[in-house]
Order: sequence, then C-alpha cells, then structure tokens
Amino acid sequence: MTGPGPRWDVDRIRKDFPALHQEVHGKPLVYLDSAATSQKPQVVIDTLVDYYARDNANVHRGVHRLSERATEAYEAARGAIQRHLNAASSREIVFVRQATEGINLVAASFGRAFVGAGDEVVISAIEHHANIVPWQMLCEEKGAVLRVIPVDDRGDLIMEAYARLLGPRTRLVAVTQVSNALGTVTPIKEIIDLAHRQNVPVLVDGAQAVPHQRVDVQALGCDFYVFSGHKAFGPTGIGVLYGREAWLEQMPPYQGGGDMIKVVTFERTIYNELPYKFEAGTPHIAGAIGLAAALDYIAGLGLDRMADYEHELLDHGTALLSAIPGVRLVGTARVKAAVLSFVLDGVHAHDLGTILDHQGVAIRAGHHCAMPVMARFGVPATARASLAFYNTRAELHVLAEAIDQAREIFR
Amino acid sequence: MSELRELYQQVILDHHRKPRNFRRLAGANRTAEGFNPLCGDRIALALAVENGVIMDAAFQGAGCAISMAAASLLTGHVIGRREEEAEALFRRVHAMLTGDDDGNGAGLGKLAVFDGVREFPSRVKCATLAWHTLHAALSGAAEPVSTE
Repeated sequence: MTGPGPRWDVDRIRKDFPALHQEVHGKPLVYLDSAATSQKPQVVIDTLVDYYARDNANVHRGVHRLSERATEAYEAARGAIQRHLNAASSREIVFVRQATEGINLVAASFGRAFVGAGDEVVISAIEHHANIVPWQMLCEEKGAVLRVIPVDDRGDLIMEAYARLLGPRTRLVAVTQVSNALGTVTPIKEIIDLAHRQNVPVLVDGAQAVPHQRVDVQALGCDFYVFSGHKAFGPTGIGVLYGREAWLEQMPPYQGGGDMIKVVTFERTIYNELPYKFEAGTPHIAGAIGLAAALDYIAGLGLDRMADYEHELLDHGTALLSAIPGVRLVGTARVKAAVLSFVLDGVHAHDLGTILDHQGVAIRAGHHCAMPVMARFGVPATARASLAFYNTRAELHVLAEAIDQAREIFR
Repeated sequence: MSELRELYQQVILDHHRKPRNFRRLAGANRTAEGFNPLCGDRIALALAVENGVIMDAAFQGAGCAISMAAASLLTGHVIGRREEEAEALFRRVHAMLTGDDDGNGAGLGKLAVFDGVREFPSRVKCATLAWHTLHAALSGAAEPVSTE
C-alpha cells in the first residue's frame, strides 16, 4: 500500500454490505463476481427505500410538493454524477439504463448523423459484446466498416496497429477503459489523443473502470463515456452517458416520448434542451438517486486508496493462482484491474464454477459476453474471479483451496 | 460435498475423460448441432439411420464434463434403437432432469447418473443439450439447437 492516510479497513467496510454476510451451501459467501454486478452498500439500499417511502412522484411535471422533491433529488443526483466524473456541465450527463444503452444511444444518434457508407468505426479486440454489436448493427445499416484494434498474447492492445487503423474515413473510436474478461487497463488517454489528432471523437466504455478508480472525463478528453450503475455499487437499471455538449447538441434524439420535448403538434415537435432531449419517458428516478449515493459512498472511502488496495489484492491473487498446478491465467496485461480470468487443465470453467459455488465462492464461468476475446485466446470459456474493495486476502485463499478441491474431484 | 459427488459421479468423470463415440461419422444421414450460449458448450451429433433403426451415432464438440458425458452416454444408449425408442428415451431423460419424473431415473440404466443434476438448476441445460440435439437430428431440424 502506498500513500498517506489510514490503512484500508476492509473489515469495517464489509459491514456496510449486508449481502456479503450470508452462507451459501453452508459456507460463508465469498463474492468474487463484482465485474458481473457489485454488491450494494446499506446507504444505497436506504436511499432507495427512503425515496419510495417519502418522495415518490414523477419528475419535471407536477407542481405538487412530492414532485418537486423527486425532481430536486433526481437533478441533485445528476449534479453528483457530473462532479464525480468531473464533467463540465450537468447538461452532459444523460441517464440511461446501463452502459449498453449508452453505447446504443450513441450508435443510433451519432451514427445516424455522422456515419455514412464507406465510413469506418474503430473498436478493439477486447470489447464486451455491448461495445461490438451496436457498431456492427450501425455499420450494416449504413454500409460502413468496422475496424478492430488487435490484442497481443498478454491482453494489451497493439498500439502501432491502432495508429495505422485511424484514417480519413474513421468517424468514431469506441474502446473500453478496462476489459471485463481480461482485466486489461487500456492506455485510454493515448488512444484518445491519437484519435483527436485526426479529429476523430472517442467513446470510452467505463463500465469496469468507474467501480475501481477515479475517472475524470475532462482530463481524459473523451467525447463520450458510459458506465452502469449496478457495477458501481448502485442499483440495476440505471447508467450514465456522458457526452460533450458540442456533440450532444448536434445529435438527433434517440427515443421519442414525454420529457424529451418542448412543444408537440401533429405537424412538428420542438425537442427539449440537453440533457432531456435524450431522456424520453419517465426515467429511473430512484435508480439515479441510488447511483449518486453509491458514487458518494466510494468517493467517501477514497478512490485512490481503494485502487491501491485492489491492486494489492490483485497481486496477491495472481501469485496464489499462479502457484496452483494446472492453472493458467488468461490476461496478463502490463496494467490490470481487479480481474483474475483463468483456465484449469482438465476442468471446464462451468464445472469449476459449480464446485466453487459449493465452497461458497461465487465466480463467473463462461465467455463473459466477450466471445471474440475467448476465440483470440483459444479457450471456449474461462473462470473469472473479479474483485472489489470489499474482498479480502483470506477470501482469495478460500478461492485457491476451492480450486484445489476441483482438481481433487477431477483427478 | 456429497451433493457434488452425486453430480460428479465416477461414470460422468469417466465419460468426460474418455468420451465414447467421439468421432466423425462417415455415412451419417441425420445430423444436428447444439449450442448453449450461456457457457459456450457445442455439440455436433451425427446418426446413421437405416430402416428406422439408429445403426451408429457419434458426436464432436467441446464443453463441460456434464455436457460431454451426457453426449457420450447418449450415443451409447441410442445405437441399435429404433427412432421412436430414442425419442421416448429423450422424453424420459428430459423428465428426469427437469423433475417431472418421480421415478428418479429408474429403468434408465447408466443414464440415471444424471439424476443428481436436478439439484443444480444452472447445470440442467448442460445435461439436456445432447438430448435436445438428438431430438433435432431425428426430427430433421435445420437450425442449430439452442438451450436459450
């Protein structure tokens, strides 16, 4: 651990997460699936309960007191998220269902306005399906071309190849900041700077970054940034699209409906201003408020200390797993975050997942919504232990022992 | 642990390590592919049917121990059976795995080793994949079978 301040008091922090304190198959739960979804601190749960118990009303409509309170809380949440990401304005914070919808919004809206036949969209070989399929759909519709930044055997993007992919027809680059399947932390600032040198805007998939590190969209200089609330200790069904105001202003609406309009006649509709132009229909009000509570919570713990602690855990877990005969780590990028993806000789990931579950250890087994990554590394599936700041070294030892037991059963 | 041993019985582990009839089948006239998108398990099943009798059966693919053992045991159990007998077997195994059968796999012979899978809801599809693929092969479905 580096830096000043008190040590990371993981025992005290774990008390904030009620779901961590239970038994599974008679064993204490070891939750190592936070990259799929994180557990929720009590403060987030309380925020949801309080909202529904006291303030529940529709936003931006009623003149009555409850609607005013709900609107105030919803917009305060937007402000909290703007500050958390260091966005220039709350007009740049659009609430969506999750990172997936944020990417689909940009593909549909930006794509409709700025991508045409023969144009190119650049993604990388380590994207989640959510940052592949929307672009494929767009390219198919427009006759555009999807270009893919290759990845090396460790899981690092090959930057020389990326530089060559950028050309006069490139309209957008869409790349993850942290790979969900491999844990690779991409050189996102360099990726953005290279694209900007050719005036190409960049979308960053931050679904696996926001839960683990400080994110400053202005320092990054990205044009779009998306993340999901539920992976960042907030509720499911809420996510955020950050978009530079200059882009959002030029983009057509994504969905039509209430709240995204100023005036509607049968002849013509005048759209609402930002960010409401992109928020059709009643939003997930409670979710937005709960997400703001989650981000306030992790900011209160200290984002830099959190990242330090997680890196220490990751190093410990990497050493433990590497020492087990037959274990091969998939994804050994130079800079990694919170993910241990691995295969065990002679034991399929799905079987391993079942055996680990019986030791109380929750991991993900499968392709992690990243089939091209599995294909690139020549495995049908991996087992993935993904960490959060509430995990402990002792839990990693339980994981290692459970893997040993799987080897025993399959011997 | 005992539940786990119930799932990973020696018969299953044995068929996983040494799958029977894991080969290409020259002269196959009924084939189908099965895919479990959840975990990526893939099975290609091939049958040689003559006068309504399954003369030979083979499979290829990749997947977890449960899915591979299920495919291996399936081939052994359908070779020599009439098509309608194989379909009846499909229905019985399916009923055992999904809990509709009170008989606990009685009369299913070695296939009864899959009875324990019922206690693992997330793994039932692993055990049924090969059987759904068989059903597709016999009914001449053109599309790959998906468990989703």
